[in-house]
Amino acid sequence: MTDVTSDMTSTPKSRELAPARPTWHILLVRPETMTLLLLVAGLVGASILSPFFLDVSYILRSFTLTAEMSIAALVLTLVIISGEIDLSAAANMALSACIFAWGQDAGVPLLLAILIGLGAGLAMGALNAFMSIRMQLPSIIVTIGTLIFFRGLAQVIAGDRSIRVPESFIGINQIMLFGVPLPVVIFVVLAVALGFLLASTSVGRQIYQIGTNQNAALHAGINAKRIKWGLFLLLGFVSAAAGIMAASRLGSVRYDLVLGGELQMVLMAMLGGTYIFGGRGTILGTFLAAWLLVVVSTGMTVANLLPAIQLTVLGILLIVAIIATNFIYARTQR
Amino acid sequence: MGGKVLIEARGISKQFGGVEVLSDVDLDLNVGEIHALLGENGAGKSTFAKILAGVHQPTRGQLGMNGQTIRVTSPIAAQKHGIALIHQEPISFPDLSVAENIVMGRRDGGLFSRVPWAKIREEARRNLDLLGVPLDVDLPMRGLSIANQQMVEIARALASDSRLIIMDEPTAPLTPNEVATLFGIARRLRQEGRTIVFISHRLEEVRELCDRVTIFRDGAHIATHAIDEVADDEIIRLMIGRSVGKYRRKHEAVLGDVILEARNLSRAGLFEDVGFTLRRGEILGLAGLVGAGRTDVARAIFGVAPATSGEILVNGEAVSIAQPSDAIARGLAFVPEDRADAGIFGTLPVEHNLTAAVPAKIAPSGVIQSSRERQIARRSVEDLSIRLASLKQPIVELSGGNQQKVILARWLLTEPDVLILDEPTRGIDIGVKSEFYDMIGDLAEAGRAILLISSELPELLSLCDRILVMSEGEITAEIPRESATQENIMQAAVPRSKAARHEVAA
Amino acid sequence: MSAMTSLLSRRETGILVMIVLFVLAVGLYKPQFWTLQSLRIILLLVPLILIGAMAQMLVLVARHVDLSIGSMLGFSAMTAGLIYRDYPDMYWLLGFPIAITTGALLGLANGALVTLFKLPSIIVTLGTLSLYRGLTFIISDARQINRSAIPSELKDMSRGSPFFDIPWIIIIAFGVVLLTWVIARHTQIGRQIYAMGSNPEAAPLRGIDVTKVTLIVFAYAGALSGLAGILYASRWGFVNPSNTGAGFEFQVIAAVVIGGVSINGGMGTVSGTVLGVLLLGCVAAALPLLGIPGSTQNAIYGGVILIALLIDRSVRERGVAAVKGAAG
Repeated sequence: MTDVTSDMTSTPKSRELAPARPTWHILLVRPETMTLLLLVAGLVGASILSPFFLDVSYILRSFTLTAEMSIAALVLTLVIISGEIDLSAAANMALSACIFAWGQDAGVPLLLAILIGLGAGLAMGALNAFMSIRMQLPSIIVTIGTLIFFRGLAQVIAGDRSIRVPESFIGINQIMLFGVPLPVVIFVVLAVALGFLLASTSVGRQIYQIGTNQNAALHAGINAKRIKWGLFLLLGFVSAAAGIMAASRLGSVRYDLVLGGELQMVLMAMLGGTYIFGGRGTILGTFLAAWLLVVVSTGMTVANLLPAIQLTVLGILLIVAIIATNFIYARTQR
Repeated sequence: MGGKVLIEARGISKQFGGVEVLSDVDLDLNVGEIHALLGENGAGKSTFAKILAGVHQPTRGQLGMNGQTIRVTSPIAAQKHGIALIHQEPISFPDLSVAENIVMGRRDGGLFSRVPWAKIREEARRNLDLLGVPLDVDLPMRGLSIANQQMVEIARALASDSRLIIMDEPTAPLTPNEVATLFGIARRLRQEGRTIVFISHRLEEVRELCDRVTIFRDGAHIATHAIDEVADDEIIRLMIGRSVGKYRRKHEAVLGDVILEARNLSRAGLFEDVGFTLRRGEILGLAGLVGAGRTDVARAIFGVAPATSGEILVNGEAVSIAQPSDAIARGLAFVPEDRADAGIFGTLPVEHNLTAAVPAKIAPSGVIQSSRERQIARRSVEDLSIRLASLKQPIVELSGGNQQKVILARWLLTEPDVLILDEPTRGIDIGVKSEFYDMIGDLAEAGRAILLISSELPELLSLCDRILVMSEGEITAEIPRESATQENIMQAAVPRSKAARHEVAA
Repeated sequence: MSAMTSLLSRRETGILVMIVLFVLAVGLYKPQFWTLQSLRIILLLVPLILIGAMAQMLVLVARHVDLSIGSMLGFSAMTAGLIYRDYPDMYWLLGFPIAITTGALLGLANGALVTLFKLPSIIVTLGTLSLYRGLTFIISDARQINRSAIPSELKDMSRGSPFFDIPWIIIIAFGVVLLTWVIARHTQIGRQIYAMGSNPEAAPLRGIDVTKVTLIVFAYAGALSGLAGILYASRWGFVNPSNTGAGFEFQVIAAVVIGGVSINGGMGTVSGTVLGVLLLGCVAAALPLLGIPGSTQNAIYGGVILIALLIDRSVRERGVAAVKGAAG
């Protein structure tokens, strides 16, 4: 470890003394800008395709279909920025929802059933954290294991039937606040809160630092393990809440609730410019990407495209998004 | 030594991220000679070796072999041209057997051809026997000692039947006997008409083995001489390029109370029974060869990888330091050796790098007060005269010296009583080095205690009030400023059997 | 071959012991588990997983992972099925090269994305998992290929046998095992896969063409998925755009990590993987006998993966301890 490493870290003197980049330049190379432009383009394109898109309430209603996943994706963004990943969040949603529905079906009071569901979500987050942080196994493999495990447990609980939830609990998406469906409001509020946490608090700052260079963070006295534990637990909890919200929207729960949802959540983060290797990304990006996905999938539905084609498009989008963000970050690295 | 030229390098230059680490190197390597490359850390020897071996591509310049221009575009191409490189740190495939490590990547037969296991084992065994290392060739590499890994690496180069063998500091982990065997083989290879490039820091080895010596300094080829025609002093002068002017501290040290004490610190396999005291206002040097355990002791004290036994006392009070945040709370600070790995947050702004260790200062309530952070960062930049375009600039864009200043500034913000500096001037321009020396002196004068780990003896000799020397995980000498010389430090630093060391001490 | 090999062989012995204990325990409770008939059931359950596991094993050894093999299986099976349906006069054996080539091309695409853009394979294959599944719907117009369209010769391969009453499909699966063993152990490419997974940074310095090796590994995984696809059509007699191959990747990953293939690359054996598959097969065959609903199967797979990961870690820790001991 002699000359080369030190040479690699020392860099162009020209840059050191160069004038600061103009603001427009910095803005332009931000991946969220790309997401925003895509969103606008998508909206324009979709409105030409169908006048439905000029109706805001139509878009809001469409958003409730993926609001739960989008909520979990916001927390997932923090997890990815910290240098970990969690592919089990969708399975967590299904299992928490099944536990909740099964509980109240067995006669547990509604409120208690909700608490049990949320507790189960926390426990799932704790399992992921234990395996990834305490046992130091790569979270990407661990959460594939827990993804299968959680989904399997949901199947054990629910079997092939769908468990009804009580009438009184159905319809969270019908509740309107100032004309906006409640799930959308929750999504927006959570986005604002997490955006503030990430951008303006020392914990948020440390999430970036851990994701950029965990060893340097350790040396600077930052307790990376505690922060990551917190993030996994938060994601477990929020996923459970999202799962229970989905139960309320659908009126019943099956083990295959949001099956394959991990793909869409990762996709929202990637499309929003979160760097898969950690250290970069914003809540704003994921926020915009969630809307972009709604516009894309609703647009495809309106255009009468097969759901299968949507699957194809999602896959392509994921790959393109990750190539694009990697490219942008590689450009700004040096 | 017919003087027939094997390799002609002409105008070889190499840039890394805009910094020129090799400039216009011309060098001829003869058939059947052992050619030494000498130079300080960062002089460009290893980079040149890697260009010959196809690991790096030159930015400019060309290579010739036997009078014909060649392009060594990859390690595979180097192999085809008969060039083998023994890396400074052994490179191995830990899950594969010794025999496979010796032949891996060789281009005989296509990808889908059979692996001739019997032949491979036989060949590996033969080459290891030549080196006098009777290893079981079916053992996996994982679990071999560093010395044995190095021997396997050498055996690989031998087995490759190359015309040019480059050895980048091959002797560092070896015992004297192993070195003697290696030299015997090198001489035999020379007789067979092969060319060997030998990179080393050890002048006596170079003198014993080599025919010619080439000196690099700051990326340039300074001189080439037949080894008999040049004296050691001259070689050193050429390497350093300046008389070893002593840096002088502005004031004599005023020592205060003992602030840090280590007692019987041990961590299995790394260091054993390490103890010392450090006073306010003192600069305590920690010398030793690479791998002597100096960095491990520093990491233990700072809680990165705590000692498994022993005591640490701060201000006379025994403290438990399980992680760096404990150490920071006790007024300790640590500037690590490997800046890229353990110091900087490369892609994050300079500002965030500066304030990383003081969240409570910039965010007393948990919410960051930007104006306050900006103010703190500005003052640091001024105090240490850090050169940058903007506080928002990613820190990787700064030069090594300025990055290091940012890390130092980060720690000064914690107002530490004890600063542990691990190779603080590595990879830093000479001009900036003296700035660091001034800063270190000023910090001691202000009553801070400093533990300075350095491989540069002149640096230790001019800065430190006292120098501890470590070898193989133990402290082998404590030398006061007045009596410290490069010689007595090196004597204590070179590993040898314990008995022999006691003889020297006696 | 001392330290590490014995460690690995201990892992294999460990799985073998687990299989024996499991079979004994279940058999004591339900003696019909000890019959040849149930062995036949187990063997008929595993061929597809065995083939997939051989593919995934080499991918993991190369320090990658392929989540798309279930979708590649589905797409290849569908391609072959569509051709059978639309060209009923085609010689039935041609379905094999068609499915295998289709799979290999899909795998090659995975490999190209991974190597060309230097992307993590797990994310790439998560994307192609969805992409290939979607394409399967598109080419089939979301319709199933029914029994009538699958050549009866093909279906007979899962029943008919050249000898000892062992169906073709099992013989083919063990042929793939043998082929993979030869590749892994006795060819240059095989050893380079292990070398690359063992130390990716060192591989190019040692003259290994990392791009080429990676492409071959992913293409092989695709080709085997394609083979598994045509055998799926043989075994079940239909191809469904949504079910065929869905979740296959998870069963395969479970089998492979149980078999001791390290997720950190460089380590894993064919014999261990085979035993891992057999253990899963025994569990799957025992569930209905024990009256445990089939719906528990996925939970068991998931739990088993987590346990295998923990075992993998403790094995690795012992390895590291051994290195430290040797160095100190």
